[in-house]
Amino acid sequence: MSNPLISARGLTKKFGDFTAVNGIDFDVFKGDSFGFLGPNGAGKSTAMRIIGATSQRTSGSVSILGKDPEINGPQIRAHLGVVPQQDNLDMQLSVVENLYIYGRYFGLPRKFVKNKIEELLTFAQLEEKRDTKVEALSGGMKRRLTIARALVSEPEILILDEPTTGLDPQARHILWDRLFRLKEQGVTLLITTHFMDEAEQLCDRLIVMDKGSIMAEGSPASLIKDYSTKEVLELRFGSDRNQSMADSLRSMCDRTEELPDRFLMYTDDGEALLEKIYAADFHPKTSLVRRSSLEDVFLRLTGRTLIE
Amino acid sequence: MSLTNIRQGSLALVNVARVQSRGALYVAQSRIRQMMKWIWIILGIAVANPVLYLVSVGVGLGGLIDKSVGPAGVDGVKYLTFLAPALLAQAAIQGTIDETVFPTLEGFKWFKTFFSMNATPLSGKQISYGVFLAAIFRATYTVLLYFGVMWAFGALESVHAWLAIPTAIFAGASFGALMQALAAKLEDENIFFTVLGRFVMMPLFMFSGTFFPLTSMPSFLQWIGWISPLWHSTELGRHLTYGHPLSTTMIWVHFIFLSVMLVGGLYFSARIFTKRLAK
Ligand SMILES: Nc1ncnc2c1ncn2[C@@H]1O[C@H](COP(=O)(O)OP(=O)(O)O)[C@@H](O)[C@H]1O
Ligand SMILES: [Mg+2]
Repeated sequence: MSNPLISARGLTKKFGDFTAVNGIDFDVFKGDSFGFLGPNGAGKSTAMRIIGATSQRTSGSVSILGKDPEINGPQIRAHLGVVPQQDNLDMQLSVVENLYIYGRYFGLPRKFVKNKIEELLTFAQLEEKRDTKVEALSGGMKRRLTIARALVSEPEILILDEPTTGLDPQARHILWDRLFRLKEQGVTLLITTHFMDEAEQLCDRLIVMDKGSIMAEGSPASLIKDYSTKEVLELRFGSDRNQSMADSLRSMCDRTEELPDRFLMYTDDGEALLEKIYAADFHPKTSLVRRSSLEDVFLRLTGRTLIE
Repeated sequence: MSLTNIRQGSLALVNVARVQSRGALYVAQSRIRQMMKWIWIILGIAVANPVLYLVSVGVGLGGLIDKSVGPAGVDGVKYLTFLAPALLAQAAIQGTIDETVFPTLEGFKWFKTFFSMNATPLSGKQISYGVFLAAIFRATYTVLLYFGVMWAFGALESVHAWLAIPTAIFAGASFGALMQALAAKLEDENIFFTVLGRFVMMPLFMFSGTFFPLTSMPSFLQWIGWISPLWHSTELGRHLTYGHPLSTTMIWVHFIFLSVMLVGGLYFSARIFTKRLAK
């Protein structure tokens, strides 16, 4: 295999006594769509800022495009497109102006930037808003503009920190579609998210992160295979009865999880298990058989759900 | 349609050396673009300010003062001639403060745009220098306008009057650099604005030998002038425009004071920017 575009070993970041990123190792290769899945506070953004060559690590080693961000910050940043968790667009300027000044920060020729802007406006579906002040855009439009802005220099690596957090479902789907297109064009994507559906949709490979550490690594399918069963049976007995039912159901399969609102049973055949449960004279208020997801992987690894 | 044009890729497109040599200019350009959104307000203030001052203080008060002191004048000249370098410097200082303090707070706190700039090849140092350059641009045209209004009012009797333009910009640059460094350090801006307005700007304006020579002030207040870039710049301006007597030593003192403030302000500003961005 070729050299990784991004490689981290023992990457650690402390804020005072608090360890936000705790000795993580990972490699990202060209054309990968690589994810960091973890709940709020896992250390994803902190890790992204270090890979983005803006924040200094406390210890460990990092190499991006073969360079050390502590020494060659500008040389690395020249080839990154960064979409931070919080949009930091220039609110007073228009859509076009935001793209233009950003292109200039990369030292790109005026003419190139002007042509590029037209292409990016189409890509971000913002043609009609070209002269609108950013202040007046919707959340989804701002997010698309931030992504378009990150693409102005045709970066080797696009870093997206929680690209769809705070967006409504429709806006999320539009965005996913745009990111798919980039993936198809071979842009290396680095994505953080606390949405398991987003990770499943967008990432070929991901690491599951919690409290600054990596809990597991692999493709979404392999993680599910390694850390969960094929199917999950979700039962609800009503919040006051979930607990007492759980005690009697636990022996019926290898692994179960009790959540405040439902009871999860891990099995390779959900329907068969459900039949057994009815046969044993249990009567859940609702039941649902579904495929295992990354949410189940996370639950297995940490005993907690991704979104509290 | 999406990115249909053939991708060249940043490795072919981005010239890092170019950004490293011109980055501060790119930042200044986008600051000026911002400024242009308010240009009519900025220009309005830049003209209204001197007009009001010249009518009320300069011509009104000046007329009275000139009458009462007689042909000896204030510091040997007409009151307006005495006042002009101080007013110019004050305008320059106000301009640079507006264009360093607000953009710095905006960049770090309100919109966090400095963090987006720093995600490009631009460094913290370049961002700080760029903001500063744009502030000098604002100070320069403000002072030029002010000067134009004074000229229109016939307030400039010395042929060397224009020499107060560079000394005024010098004052604005020095103070602006320092304020930019302070603003970059700031976590809570509300107290800062109160302190800056009431306890810094106002006393500096009043007690920097602006309206009367510093030496005619009670000696326990004279130290304010000594730490004020306004006074140092005004002394130089008065010396250059109408020959206000200054010893060579004092010329150097004024010059060095302003230079140290400028260089120190820029140095700390760049450092603080870099540190805050790298958190
Ligand atoms: N600049 C900072 N100073 C102190 N603590 C920080 C700073 N940035 C992040 N943290 C802390 O580090 C932890 C990880 O934060 P973050 O990387 O933002 O997590 P995530 O992006 O996964 O939600 C959090 O507990 C957060 O409070
Ligand atoms: Mg985050």
